[in-house]
Amino acid sequence: MAEFLQIMISGLAAGAVYALAAVGFTLLWQASQAINFAQGEFVMLPAFFVLIGTGYFGLPLWVAILLAIVISILVLGIAFKKLVVEPMLPHGTLPLVIATIALGLLMKESVKEFYSAQGQPFPPLFPQTVFEVFGAAISVQDVCNLLVSLLVILGLQMFLQRSRTGRSMQATAQNPAVAEILGVDVKKMVMYTFIINGFLAAIASILISPFYLAKFSNGETLGLIAFIAAIVGGFNQIRGALVGGLLIGVLDNLAAAYVSAQYRAAVPLILLIVIIMVRPQGLVGTTEGRAV
Amino acid sequence: MSWLRIAAVLAAIVVLVLAPMGQTTYFVYVLCSWLVFSIAAMGLNLTLGYAGQVSLAQAAFMGIGAYVTSLMTLAGIHWIFAVFASVTSCFAVGLILGYPALRVQHHFLAFVTLAFNALVFLVLRNEEWLTGGSFGLVGMPRPEFLGFKTGTQTQFYYFVLVCFLIATGIMAWIIHSPWGRAFKALRENPIRANSLGLNTRRMTLLAFAIGSAFGGLAGAIQAPLVQFIEPGSFALIHSLKLLLMVVVGGSGFFLGPILGAAIVVLLPELLRFTEGYYLMVYALMVLVLMVFSPTGLFGLGTRFWQRLTRPKQVERGDLKQGASL
Amino acid sequence: MLKRYLVGLAMAVTIGVGGAQAQVKIANIAELSGAGAAAGTVWKDGVDLAVDEINASGGILGQHIELMEYDSQTDPQNSRAMVQKAIDDGAYVLLGTVYSSSTVVNMLVAQQNGYPQLTGSEAPAITQKGNPFIFRTAFGSQKGMPKIGAYLSFGLKASKVAIVWANTEYGKGGHDAFVDVTKEFNLEIAADLPTEQGQADFSADVVKIKNSGADAVFAFMTEEESARFLIEAEKQGLELPIAGDTVLGSQKVIDLAGAAAEGVMSHVGLSADAPVPTIQAMDKKFTERFGYRPDHNAIKGYIGAYAIKYVTEMVGEFDRQKFADTMHGLCLQAKEYPGLLLDICWDQNGEVSRESFLVQVTNGQQQIVQTLPAN
Repeated sequence: MAEFLQIMISGLAAGAVYALAAVGFTLLWQASQAINFAQGEFVMLPAFFVLIGTGYFGLPLWVAILLAIVISILVLGIAFKKLVVEPMLPHGTLPLVIATIALGLLMKESVKEFYSAQGQPFPPLFPQTVFEVFGAAISVQDVCNLLVSLLVILGLQMFLQRSRTGRSMQATAQNPAVAEILGVDVKKMVMYTFIINGFLAAIASILISPFYLAKFSNGETLGLIAFIAAIVGGFNQIRGALVGGLLIGVLDNLAAAYVSAQYRAAVPLILLIVIIMVRPQGLVGTTEGRAV
Repeated sequence: MSWLRIAAVLAAIVVLVLAPMGQTTYFVYVLCSWLVFSIAAMGLNLTLGYAGQVSLAQAAFMGIGAYVTSLMTLAGIHWIFAVFASVTSCFAVGLILGYPALRVQHHFLAFVTLAFNALVFLVLRNEEWLTGGSFGLVGMPRPEFLGFKTGTQTQFYYFVLVCFLIATGIMAWIIHSPWGRAFKALRENPIRANSLGLNTRRMTLLAFAIGSAFGGLAGAIQAPLVQFIEPGSFALIHSLKLLLMVVVGGSGFFLGPILGAAIVVLLPELLRFTEGYYLMVYALMVLVLMVFSPTGLFGLGTRFWQRLTRPKQVERGDLKQGASL
Repeated sequence: MLKRYLVGLAMAVTIGVGGAQAQVKIANIAELSGAGAAAGTVWKDGVDLAVDEINASGGILGQHIELMEYDSQTDPQNSRAMVQKAIDDGAYVLLGTVYSSSTVVNMLVAQQNGYPQLTGSEAPAITQKGNPFIFRTAFGSQKGMPKIGAYLSFGLKASKVAIVWANTEYGKGGHDAFVDVTKEFNLEIAADLPTEQGQADFSADVVKIKNSGADAVFAFMTEEESARFLIEAEKQGLELPIAGDTVLGSQKVIDLAGAAAEGVMSHVGLSADAPVPTIQAMDKKFTERFGYRPDHNAIKGYIGAYAIKYVTEMVGEFDRQKFADTMHGLCLQAKEYPGLLLDICWDQNGEVSRESFLVQVTNGQQQIVQTLPAN
């Protein structure tokens, strides 16, 4: 029982962070109909912004974190949109997909060349205190990661559904042409989407790095997990990414503990294939309106 | 085929035959890798450039081909049987994988193939009794045909060249067949093609399976070329690399993937002066190319040519609709 | 660009007139990009340091070393091509690669062409293939395993061990070598846990160890994974002693895992913290030049470059076959050959014998508990 509880809670804590990365996939998919193959690197990079802030400039941690979030929004949000996505959108999505693969490579190589090829420790944000619940060891960090991720995603969901801007963003995602006719500033809405993605990537990076450590190659694993989580949950729904992320986090641990450690990575992949066959819109997604 | 075109093809063959003369072993090895990756990229180009489907499992198909060939040739079976088995098994797997994926929704083949590639890697790594696990398989013999040996690098180059020419010939035949022309119709105007009674789903599935079979062929040649295979060589990242080859060269152009493969394979050589930064330079180049010419280098060339000869170019339909992911 | 070229040309002419310094080409094939870049770049720095020192003191047999660098991209197939290229480019002897999966392939090319190759790889298989041209710079992981087995069995009186290992070619090699040793020492394997490269969450693995009834843990993973495992083990209050090979007790893991690395035991072949003056001097020079401390890979690269110098000067000419013949069965003392840092012997297969250290992490530092004799 303690064992099962331990696995579930650790899985949920890790899964919550995967969900943050997965949400970014979902958002960009909605905005540009393209898979961002650099999403893993988007989550890898902000941790290095923080490390540069604390290491090179000697800033206090919280200042470095705030700065890293701002830089992430500027670089991963606005610059990415303006310099990469915008010039390519008129040409369809395939060039954009290729561009994100190249961008991921560029980010990875830059960190390796200009910072370090080796993993870096990352300062913890929350107390490392561990308490026991029914024999399972739970750290304050786990609980905080879970809570912060949940709050961020639910807040985003609220924003998209309740606020005027949010609804305009959703309208843009569903049908940009119609949204334009209805008087929505489509360009601005798409830009908001990218800003939110930059913000989410920074949060995910800062939450995951204390236990995952910061390394240039982290994006390879994270990107794949986030991608699977987004599809399993439902590619066109924010809450789908949340469900998908949590599910993958838990499933990974359950598979390692009870199925086969060698094939632990296969379980989410098989789930992905099954979902596509049986319920292509994802677990909580809705059927896509667009005929692509 | 016009006389001009026949002459061009003959000239190209002559250049390829003469290419290894007086070159270092390393250069000949690089030429071999280029031809092998060209075959795989050509297959992917059929799926991507003609049928408008993104497959992220071409490296996995190369892997299946390479492992089937390795296991059979290590067991003493001649390469010619092994390559047949490799190509057929990849074709079959392509059908099995593509059928349900294409049935569901258009762009879902990309997702399924991505998962498939990752799964193939796990199986190759974990089933050590069959595949040698992470240690891989080593020492595949280079084949011999009626006394013609392929042991040295130059001999092997001519063997690869023959395979490459056969593969290119088959591909050209496929594309110029009525079936291939139907593809062109499909890519220029899917709705009209559909209304003309083309069964697009079946055609797309077949294109994917044939494209996968080309991956299998490339793998079957790669095994005796490198004489060592391990799961890491067929991981997802290599599928992305193949995708880059096709798009950088120019997807939907017959020679696009061959050019793309040349660039990716020769890249470390071309960018040697940048020392440690060549991957960054490469990534930047791809980004810039995609911004200015989403149809790749061939698209850039064609556009330039058209601007010289004709004032107005025809917008290609596939990048707008067919290839949307 | 043109100007630079002309200046270069002018310089070449001047040198040519002034009696050209003869050069010997040495190739370094390493993981400069890809998954192995962390290990490969450190190895490269070690080689660079040694080559510059050798050149500053007159080179090899009076000839300066021209170091040629090749990036294997951590891809075995590419590493094979790079070894071929190094040979085509006229290298005298080859250095590299660090990743065993690459070395296993590219050493075939070196062998076919008769080129001595000094590798940093530690997989047992490399020296078991009877290749007369491969030489290690550090002993294979199979050599360290009996020392760890002995420590677990006699030092800790353990009877059941849990093995956590990276499911890669590197980790599998270590795992298999350790499993062989457990039979020798009658250690029962209570849990056998492969982990993924880049794995984020080690909670399931630690849970399984806790429930396995093991009384010691053997951990064999790369730096980041080792650190993540140690952090999770501490979080779940795993009280068992954890032992491992060079990586587990390395400074990098200590930096990454922080307090969680406290008490970890490891068997280390080469360490910048070894109480040996030659190593301490090298550590100082390296840290000054590159701004970080050398690890075992840096030391391997350093030793490799010096081994080429010493062995060649012993032969008295640049002859590859004689180089390989001389090196087989050769024992060199660090007193006479300071660049080798420690006394070292190569056997008929190119395997290395050298003393090693049992270290424990105390207060965030490697503490040498015991110096173990060469085996």
